[in-house]
Amino acid sequence: MATTTAASVATRRRLGWAPYALLAPSLVYLAVFFALPMVNAFGLAFQGDEGGYSLEPIRRMLGDERFAKALTTTLLLVVIIVPIQFVVAMGMALVVNARLKGTDLWLYVFALPLGVSELAAGIVWFSIFTEQGWLNSLLTQVGILDRPFIFLDYQRPTLLILTIVVAEAWRATSIVMIILVAGLQGIPRDYLEAADVFGATAWQRVRHVILPLLKPSIRVALILRTILAFQVFATVIALAGSATNVLAGEAYRWYQNLRDARVAAAYASLILILSVVSTILFLLLLPTEEDRPT
Amino acid sequence: MDGRRPEVLTSVSLTRRQALQLAAGATVLGLTGCAPSAREATEEQSQGSLVMISTQFQPVAEGEKMRSAVLAGFGRKVEFLGEEQGPFEDRIRAEAQAGKGSVAVIGGQHGDLAGLAADQLLTDLSDLTQELSGRGFHPDYLELAKVGGDTPAYIPWAQASYLMTARKEAVDLLPSGADVNSLTYEQLTAWGQRIQQQEGSRRLGFPAGEMGLLNRFFQGYSYPSFTGALNTRFASSEAEAMWEWMRGAWAQANPQSTGYAFMQEPLQAGEVWVAWDHQARLIEALKASPDDFVAFPAPTGPKGLGFIPVLTGLAIPKTAPDMDGAKDLIRYLTDPKQTATVARELGFFPPTAQQQLPEDLEPGIRAEADAIAAQSTSQAKVTSLLPVGLRDKSNAYNDVFRTTFDGIVLKRRDARQVLAGKAKELQEVLDSVKAPCWRPDPESSGTCQVG
Repeated sequence: MATTTAASVATRRRLGWAPYALLAPSLVYLAVFFALPMVNAFGLAFQGDEGGYSLEPIRRMLGDERFAKALTTTLLLVVIIVPIQFVVAMGMALVVNARLKGTDLWLYVFALPLGVSELAAGIVWFSIFTEQGWLNSLLTQVGILDRPFIFLDYQRPTLLILTIVVAEAWRATSIVMIILVAGLQGIPRDYLEAADVFGATAWQRVRHVILPLLKPSIRVALILRTILAFQVFATVIALAGSATNVLAGEAYRWYQNLRDARVAAAYASLILILSVVSTILFLLLLPTEEDRPT
Repeated sequence: MDGRRPEVLTSVSLTRRQALQLAAGATVLGLTGCAPSAREATEEQSQGSLVMISTQFQPVAEGEKMRSAVLAGFGRKVEFLGEEQGPFEDRIRAEAQAGKGSVAVIGGQHGDLAGLAADQLLTDLSDLTQELSGRGFHPDYLELAKVGGDTPAYIPWAQASYLMTARKEAVDLLPSGADVNSLTYEQLTAWGQRIQQQEGSRRLGFPAGEMGLLNRFFQGYSYPSFTGALNTRFASSEAEAMWEWMRGAWAQANPQSTGYAFMQEPLQAGEVWVAWDHQARLIEALKASPDDFVAFPAPTGPKGLGFIPVLTGLAIPKTAPDMDGAKDLIRYLTDPKQTATVARELGFFPPTAQQQLPEDLEPGIRAEADAIAAQSTSQAKVTSLLPVGLRDKSNAYNDVFRTTFDGIVLKRRDARQVLAGKAKELQEVLDSVKAPCWRPDPESSGTCQVG
């Protein structure tokens, strides 16, 4: 322990100010484009008509007739989407990492949706789910349906949510997969070989070797994905239109339609708070070795 | 902005770009303000390009047509920028506040320009109106262009409207005694019922998606047709009857309607057989297969045939950098040759009293022109204006109609109760900008009072 510390101190001395200079551009970028707007948004959310401190924007957000629906839909989407994506991404990552024939091809195929924007993905899935869309054409052609079924029906909210879940799962699972693949590749082969020697089954290897060693990556993936799920917006607009609404959509509506930046900031701050709370939860629920007191 | 495609992501990035432009503009203004050679810069500008911003022709494809087919023939380079109504107004107001502007000509609907005119931010165009009197503008439009004052604040540029379009197979199923060219609201519902009985699906369609223009259907079509007014009869018993009708019609509408923005797409796909929308949002269906679709006037209600002609005009901000250049550009754009190009390429018609359409118009555009002409010459017409004087509250105003629809039709709440609550919200919006009544409501001395 003592030698490591001495070594790191020596390294630090040798490097001098270089690390700070290298970090500076990203720090400035983060401060200007993230931290500052964030502070401003919080300020706006607590500003009255005359500019002083006021709870009015918060009150208007809570009193908005569309608030409850937006909050519950957003939470529902997060709760359904994140676990599904995690399980699917884990499976995909294991397939990629199994180094089967054509691993690279799998990686590219799985990562393809990463290059598609949220709105474009929403429009693609709309053309699949719409009444005269691909899915209905397929189902009627093979004889499963007599006539097209309306999936995007405002009277069937559960079905609407499911279509959004499918679209989101397709669009954003690959980012989770990429993080998990990176984590998997960091696991030394020796551990897995040792497990083999002791006659561990495939499931036992995943359960007792891979998952524990992958914890830091899992944590990062879950945090990132949950934060992104709270911001879901364009997919919902493309698939459900005005039939359902989410928090990010309401922030947009208040800013763009109702031209009230303060209530929009209140919505944005709520999304931020939810993201921070979920991050803290993940950090507490999935402690890694480094977090534990030695 | 009606009829145009306010795509979510486009508008977000536009807004960001505008913010950057404004910031850059402010910096440049600051610098030129300090520079001793400010006069030189202005002279240089008069040789260079002109900036035109417009709430019309915002979609990329339409903006391109504006640049390549219309503005390319103007002797000078014109930087044409499509903007949403909010940022559009913000920019002109910001330039006025700075006392120095970069925008030479602005194009917008009557409602987009009215607020700026009311605050004396637009140049008096009496001389230009006089000079261009040979263009044959509709006298109503010239009156409108005065925005309630004595002198014209803009020059009429183009006109558009909303209308109905149906697939040919739907026309065969019209209820007996009904004629598409003189349909009543009751017959429209009966038509939907008949289609559902025969075909098994709900085939009426409304643009009730987030980006759809359903609010205009209420504001300019169903409300005036049922109540003869709008804000002043918002919560009246006739209005209740209108919402009752809407519930019935909605029961015949494709349940996917809550996701529709442009009705041309569901019409072409066959998801919807009969639809109402802005002409620019129906035109692709009519252009692609004019033999499969019919365009026809909106239905008539108990008080007549409510409809909105959308007048688009050209104005010059008082802060325009090159007044002569700006006037030249307006002369050029209102020239019959250019308005014919706009009709041919973009489907907006010349704002003239006599229909002046080019001979070689595509059949789809011709069909729309005829349906709109039938609408505006109907004996029973109740002409409305797009909301006037709402400034940055026009979307908030629209939102009241959308949420009323949500409450009464989608959530099936008690119509009277919903209307009572929404009437208060509507009044708050009107009060916040002190907007007087506009047609079809009777003139008001002060802020329009919701009734």
